[in-house]
Amino acid sequence: MTVVVWICAAMLGVAALLTLLRMALGPTTLNRTVAMDTFVAILVAGLGVGAAYTRSTTSIPIIVVLSLVGFVGSVSVARFVGREGKGGTLEGESS
Amino acid sequence: MSPTRRQRARLGFQLPMALGLTVIWILLWGHFGLLEVVGGFLVATVVLRVFPLPPVQFDGTIRPLPFVKLVAQFVYDLVTASIQVVRIALTFGKQPMNAIIKVPLHARSDLYLTFTAELSSLVPGGLLLEVSREESTLYLHVIGVRSEADVDAARARVLRQERRLMEAIASKDELAAYRARAQGSLA
Amino acid sequence: MTWSAFSDVASAVCLLAGSFLALTAAIGLVRFPDLFTRMHAATKPQVLGLLLILGGVAFRVRDAGDLGMLAIVAIFQLLTAPVSAHMVGRAAYRTTTVRQDLLLTDELADPDTR
Repeated sequence: MTVVVWICAAMLGVAALLTLLRMALGPTTLNRTVAMDTFVAILVAGLGVGAAYTRSTTSIPIIVVLSLVGFVGSVSVARFVGREGKGGTLEGESS
Repeated sequence: MSPTRRQRARLGFQLPMALGLTVIWILLWGHFGLLEVVGGFLVATVVLRVFPLPPVQFDGTIRPLPFVKLVAQFVYDLVTASIQVVRIALTFGKQPMNAIIKVPLHARSDLYLTFTAELSSLVPGGLLLEVSREESTLYLHVIGVRSEADVDAARARVLRQERRLMEAIASKDELAAYRARAQGSLA
Repeated sequence: MTWSAFSDVASAVCLLAGSFLALTAAIGLVRFPDLFTRMHAATKPQVLGLLLILGGVAFRVRDAGDLGMLAIVAIFQLLTAPVSAHMVGRAAYRTTTVRQDLLLTDELADPDTR
């Protein structure tokens, strides 16, 4: 089990770094939102791997909360950006 | 629409909704007891009072066999969709071609429109961009399209999804009306 | 093979597959050329990956209450991922210039189909 968990942790760590890269590159707010969404999902996955390894269930409520917060976050950003309209200030360069 | 019918539709939907919220509440606490059941029901009632939902008409029935077929096909589609995206992500060199397609649905109900839209978002090639409620039409972004034939295949897949959904949960009348419309559009 | 050994193996397989899918979702997110394709990567493998991870956890914990919470996360994930993808996709189509060179057809842009 320990080996499996280390492999999982490595894959998730690389994945988290890649989403951070996308978040830094952008180029638009929406790209960063999608990256943030994926980042939260990877965080949840990491907590899940930890919970499975230790068999401790203290992190499971955190998983519940994170999975909800990620959703609310991306939906509100999408609404906010959608209201700006074409050529809004939020876009930066086009993707 | 007469107000009484509207109210009845709302009430008919409120009780299962409250029960569903209570179940979620119990699952969130992770413990089943009198306090959770009563407290959950109270919270659900307050939530449904304060944030009332627009009435949704649902008088369908769940048919077990088509429902199992719907779920099984959905799981299969989810797995194949993931494999497809994984393959595209790991193929070096060429970039995928995509398409935005228009899929006119046959069912005329907000509920079925929503369900079809939700289900198609996770199947191979499906990213919902725009919904036209008046015309029951979905606009989807499809990844990994090579030819016109792939575009038609993606469209047919969404329509099959709709048919499975209607066969699984629609009422007899709705199913008959849906079938008549589907036949009409094929001819 | 005992039940506990079996559930450990099943859990390991689920965790590995889920992590791999999360990794490919991230690779797709970086490699894909435009927002829509990136969103494909961010929705499908990510949802399935998360479901697999939750399954992996479920094989290791025994308490019914915790299984309920995991079930809730899975259900929410299936319900919310398409919704948020739709919201982001719609906002993206309306606000940004779509890269037509990546599209075979764009039936939404066609004025007479709108």
